[in-house]
Amino acid sequence: MSLNLPQILSPKNSQRIMNAIFVCSGLITVLILIFIIGYILIMGLPVVNLEFIFSNPIDSGRAGGIFPMIISSIYVTLIAGIVSTPLGVGAAVYLVEYAGESKITKIIRFGAETLASIPSIVYGLFGLAFFVVSMGLGWSILSGGLVLAIMALPTIFQVSEVTISSIPSSYREGSYGLGATKWQTIYRVVLPAAIPGIVTGIILGMTRAISEAAAVMFAVGSALSVPISMFDPGRPLPLHLYVLATEGISLENAYGTAAVLVILVLAVTIIANFLIDKYQRQIMGR
Amino acid sequence: MEKNRLSEFLIEKGLFITAIFSIVIILLIVSFILVEGIPAFENYGFFHFLFGMEWGPSRGQFGVLAMIIGSIYVTLLSLLMAVPLSLLCAIFMAEVAPNNIRKILKPVIETLSGIPSVVYGFFGLIVLVPLVRTYFGGTGFSLFTASLILTVMVLPTIITISQDSLRAVPQEYREASFGLGATNWQTIRHVIFPAALPGIITAIILGMGRAVGETLAVIMVAGNVVQIPGSIFDPIRPLTANIALEMGYATGLHYNALFGTAIVLFLIIGLLLLVANYIQYKYKVDIGGGYL
Amino acid sequence: MNRIEVNNLNVYFGDSQVLKDININIPKNTVTALIGPSGCGKSTFIRTVNRMNDLIPTFSHDGNVYLDGVDIYNPKMDVVDLRKKIGMVFQKPNPFPKSIFENVAYGLKVHGLNDDDAIAARVEESLKSAALWEEVEDKLEDSAMGLSGGQQQRLCIARTIANNPEVILMDEPCSALDPISTTKIEDLIHKLKNDYTIIIVTHNMQQATRVSKYTSFFLLGELIESDLTDKLFIDPKDKRTEDYITGRFG
Repeated sequence: MSLNLPQILSPKNSQRIMNAIFVCSGLITVLILIFIIGYILIMGLPVVNLEFIFSNPIDSGRAGGIFPMIISSIYVTLIAGIVSTPLGVGAAVYLVEYAGESKITKIIRFGAETLASIPSIVYGLFGLAFFVVSMGLGWSILSGGLVLAIMALPTIFQVSEVTISSIPSSYREGSYGLGATKWQTIYRVVLPAAIPGIVTGIILGMTRAISEAAAVMFAVGSALSVPISMFDPGRPLPLHLYVLATEGISLENAYGTAAVLVILVLAVTIIANFLIDKYQRQIMGR
Repeated sequence: MEKNRLSEFLIEKGLFITAIFSIVIILLIVSFILVEGIPAFENYGFFHFLFGMEWGPSRGQFGVLAMIIGSIYVTLLSLLMAVPLSLLCAIFMAEVAPNNIRKILKPVIETLSGIPSVVYGFFGLIVLVPLVRTYFGGTGFSLFTASLILTVMVLPTIITISQDSLRAVPQEYREASFGLGATNWQTIRHVIFPAALPGIITAIILGMGRAVGETLAVIMVAGNVVQIPGSIFDPIRPLTANIALEMGYATGLHYNALFGTAIVLFLIIGLLLLVANYIQYKYKVDIGGGYL
Repeated sequence: MNRIEVNNLNVYFGDSQVLKDININIPKNTVTALIGPSGCGKSTFIRTVNRMNDLIPTFSHDGNVYLDGVDIYNPKMDVVDLRKKIGMVFQKPNPFPKSIFENVAYGLKVHGLNDDDAIAARVEESLKSAALWEEVEDKLEDSAMGLSGGQQQRLCIARTIANNPEVILMDEPCSALDPISTTKIEDLIHKLKNDYTIIIVTHNMQQATRVSKYTSFFLLGELIESDLTDKLFIDPKDKRTEDYITGRFG
């Protein structure tokens, strides 16, 4: 198996060549990102202005703006977050603080892994068969939000679990030593210390939800108007982009929608990271 | 204090319910997909369904073999491109790059994984499809174009997880190798890479899972013709695309056949998950919260 | 009068017995030092006294531990209440990642005190008792994690005092600290012994002679000898105690 390379090249030279290759690979990765984001923003930003953001689409998106889509996106993502956060964090707390390394822990962890590995289109089918048809929620913001909640659940759970189990046990001992109950210890010491990690998990889950189109395409409907109630149909941004692009409705508005979507995801991530950092510094001292 | 004990008890039970929720959901998903999909196997025959070449819902033909092959081709071709690039990049980040460069690359990878798949598809549609059409002929909607997009999409998965497993190699190994006068590259090649290999294989399998499961980004550039492609510049239709394209108007047996397609997809993903778990179990790989 | 009485205490973790037939009385408002080589069971002993070992699934025991005549392992005993009465200071300072104020207020809040003024007054009082007030009074809202190790340990003592305990258990409280911080903690222990019954586990025999009135020597899970500190170090009854304090092992 030994290559002849070392005989032709001295170790020093092969080191130099490999270093160059490594640097290139890093560079390519950065360039790919810059190219994709740059292209979308350069083509999309000229379309994006206040009118585009705050007006309704005209002629199924050929003209006008994307206000209902932005509202739909925020709406389904919020529902997803509100439903999946207590479930994901609760499950993580139970596993780390109550169950320990037991059989049930393994089963639940395997369950979360499996959930995370289900393709989004299968979630779409499930959303259609279960929420829309069986539960009778119809094509609605609620159906879409619930599908996204299930998709975000494993992310929130897994990140929370890793974070909570990394909280030093000395914090817990200190709290028990002062006569706190188990739940007081979890609620007042463990969770506040784990907040940065848990919020990271929630943000990851929510960005996954806000980016998703395949999972909601059969659940949320395709309405072009602003959804008022949870039972109204809607059309989140990714789905709108998909329709605009594949049905050849308006390339220009597709660029604009893509730009808004990318900016939204990036902004959420950056703002969240900033706040997490600030909180972390506050609780841990400078 | 009795009240205290009762509320502690209730809280524990409440948390337990949240914990088993994911299991309940999985059972629900599996049972719904099976209930809706199995009629297709019963009416059309499981092997007929799995190995049939013809997909013509209007003619009552539901063979998904071409799509299985489409899914496999597009996954393998994208891995062929993504694995070398992502492994080099992971090694670069874990072993070679100075700290400040690492600090640039980390958010880059995170951002790559955060871009919505529809945006990838859209980018492929407006940039890659015309490029492929110009340089390689055909319509530009092809197995190759879809693989290019998937390559970029699986990069972050493979890079992040292999990086974690490279990092997990004990520092003593490096010191021992350097202490014997090995160069950094020799150390990586002969010591670190082999030690991290189980984790790297897990990373690749998880990337594979992502590629098999990706839907809209692929639909937008793959052409979606039901056929076994003769060349990489022919259009294909993977399993996921089949579901997304036709679910909107499917009724009757057609509807069941699309759920049947999902079952096939499930089986493929399940197989990958099983292999990944086996490797993790066998080599005790900690993938650090990674998933398919 | 004795604050704590321990009769025929045996402690097991799974199959292995870590404490063998311990009998000891701890008098009120004194400092008792527990000495002995690592792994002799002295930490396990004090963790049995405030039932911290309950957190370890394999823990079991027989024999009795009385606090003011009440068996602390009786089924009606409320562990939460017990740990409020028997405070504990740990080997490594373990303040919570909260503000200095919140650390001291923690015990008060978990025990249901809601009056902000009362909490503030109690926090100040406790920080003063722990000889930390002057160093932190103008930065109570800063994170406790920003304090030095010695300050953190005094904060942990203040946190314990705030609960108004009867007994304070200290598990090698100075082992992670520098000599100057150690002196400050020892001075503090001298001050606290008028109001609290203190049991301190220490590796350091000089420390035992400096701070304690009584000393007990543990070896391999057994309590070898208990006596007035002055007596035990000058005229030990047991050969093993003598060997240990003269530095022949340990």
